Amino acid sequence: MAASSYPGYGMLRFLLSRIGLLIPTFFGVTLVAFSFIRLLPGDPLELLAGERGIDPARKAELMAKMGFDKPQWQQYMDYLVNVLHGDLGTSFASKKPVLTEFLTLFPATAELAFCAIIIAVCLGIPAGIFAAVKRGSVSDQAIMGTALVGYSMPIFWWGLLLIILFSGILQWTPVSGRISLMYFFPQVTGFMLIDSLLSGQKGAFTSALSHLILPSIVLATIPLAVIARQTRSAMLEVLGEDYVRTARAKGLPPRRVIGLHALRNALIPVITTIGLQVGVLLAGAILTETIFSWPGIGKWLVDSISRRDYFVVQGGLLLIAAIIMIVNLIVDLLYGLVNPRIRHT
Amino acid sequence: MTEITPNGVDTAALDKESRNASRAMLAEFWYYFSQNKGAVVGLAIFLALVIVAICAPLIAPHDPSLQYRDSFLTPPVWQEGGKAAFLLGTDAVGRDILSRLIFGAQYSLFIGVIVVGIALAGGITLGLIAGYVGGMVDTLIMRVMDIILAFPSLLLALVLVAVLGPGLTNAMIAIALVLQPHFVRLTRAAVMAERNRDYVVAARVAGAGHLRLMVKTILPNCLAPLIVQATLSFSSAILDAAALGFLGMGAQPPTPEWGTMLAEAREFILRAWWVVTFPGLAILITVLAINLVGDGLRDALDPKLKRS
Repeated sequence: MAASSYPGYGMLRFLLSRIGLLIPTFFGVTLVAFSFIRLLPGDPLELLAGERGIDPARKAELMAKMGFDKPQWQQYMDYLVNVLHGDLGTSFASKKPVLTEFLTLFPATAELAFCAIIIAVCLGIPAGIFAAVKRGSVSDQAIMGTALVGYSMPIFWWGLLLIILFSGILQWTPVSGRISLMYFFPQVTGFMLIDSLLSGQKGAFTSALSHLILPSIVLATIPLAVIARQTRSAMLEVLGEDYVRTARAKGLPPRRVIGLHALRNALIPVITTIGLQVGVLLAGAILTETIFSWPGIGKWLVDSISRRDYFVVQGGLLLIAAIIMIVNLIVDLLYGLVNPRIRHT
Repeated sequence: MTEITPNGVDTAALDKESRNASRAMLAEFWYYFSQNKGAVVGLAIFLALVIVAICAPLIAPHDPSLQYRDSFLTPPVWQEGGKAAFLLGTDAVGRDILSRLIFGAQYSLFIGVIVVGIALAGGITLGLIAGYVGGMVDTLIMRVMDIILAFPSLLLALVLVAVLGPGLTNAMIAIALVLQPHFVRLTRAAVMAERNRDYVVAARVAGAGHLRLMVKTILPNCLAPLIVQATLSFSSAILDAAALGFLGMGAQPPTPEWGTMLAEAREFILRAWWVVTFPGLAILITVLAINLVGDGLRDALDPKLKRS
């Protein structure tokens, strides 16, 4: 095993094998997105024309222009070439390229998802550690009970409840949108919290924050519950290990044993769990953004499905799958980095 | 009346022994399951829901789609303006919410059973084939499952329903399809772990065919993780179906499906809290009960896995 004496060798091989697995999946995902429009009942042009109908000559012309008259495999090849050139088609509703629309709306979803994951990690990990250390106590049962309720929560209903309480009864937060209409400033980062600070307008940041808080809590609910449960079980596993007992036996203070010896090893599976939450967050964004009229990717896709703007749905499907695949790859690599054993399996 | 076969085996005694063994297994399972108080409570709630769903026409005070023109948005009985006839109030067109919730239980349990049934049947078949046959077939099946898993499940279900057309049946098919890869992965992993065990080799040497080896020899030993996953999928099926109903892509009004009821109630959230609160509470309680049972099953069926 001379080759493995290079420190980076195992990691490189690991990276390449993971990427090798991703490529067929990526082509499969493009095939799903491609088939989506072809599987719709009726042909896409008739669907677009709606009840008005379409003139046969005009239809033939459009079919040729959009390539629907070619054989299926050739259409797929054309589609693949376009995708690899960043051309995902044009929205029928706005006449803008799908990719441009996606990039304009993505920061709103990213900001929401980012805040949600921060909430989930900052509350979930300490709650899980605490529950594991106090295993069997009343606080452990309370934390795990709450986590199970969060995990079982229909988040669209949870969002409506929070709106009733905080926007209706207490009138603390606005019902929908990203910021009050009073404020207008140029988009720099696309993150409303940062842009509102950069603009220097008084009250803009508070307004952005008050719009963001409820949707982030709603979106954070399920990841928070999952992370707390996973942290607790990972901690319990590690706390029973010999090296933790040794650390205790040699008289280290409990804080150091838990914080240093146990936590660092327990966090390894938790990292994977956090990474897997990206898919959960993007699915949750569909519901959360619809409830709070948050102008992001989720609401855009739901609106496009009901508007029958199918190129948008096709492009959105592909881009979201691509994001999830890239995040999963990064998580796998991080996992390989912190846990060398996995690289050799 | 003992019956001795030509080669001297007492079949009645064998039968009795195997019955005793299964009874002992059941007793052991119940011992571990009942250690978990939450699981027992969850099971009780779930059984109560099943009874409510079965007896819905008998116990519902009103017809779920009957509109009382003199009682639009009547609050629950304990609030000022409430009527004793409508315990949980009425919705915007004067239908009794309690009766709609009771009938909604039928839909939710039906959705769970059908979705898990389809996903289990498909998942076990594909997983058995992938794990048992291996090679190219395995690679092909698993890559297809990877593709399904690359999409967020709710988004894929939403798009599938857009292709198939909105409605409860199509929503169930879509949800079953997106839940299926989990069953395929679990079955495949279990089959690969069992495939080369001595008892399987023994059965093969004794002349068992491929189908018998797959279904009768290996499968029963892979069931524990599948049962746990089926329980958890039952609750995600109910949640996803409600979410699709809420987005207008699942069961269509006036069906008293809980998610669809929430969608209809949305515009009244700031005026009539009860039309929003009760359907969601029904979803939460059902899903919570099933998840509690799932946790208990995991403890009872796999002592190696700690409760998390």
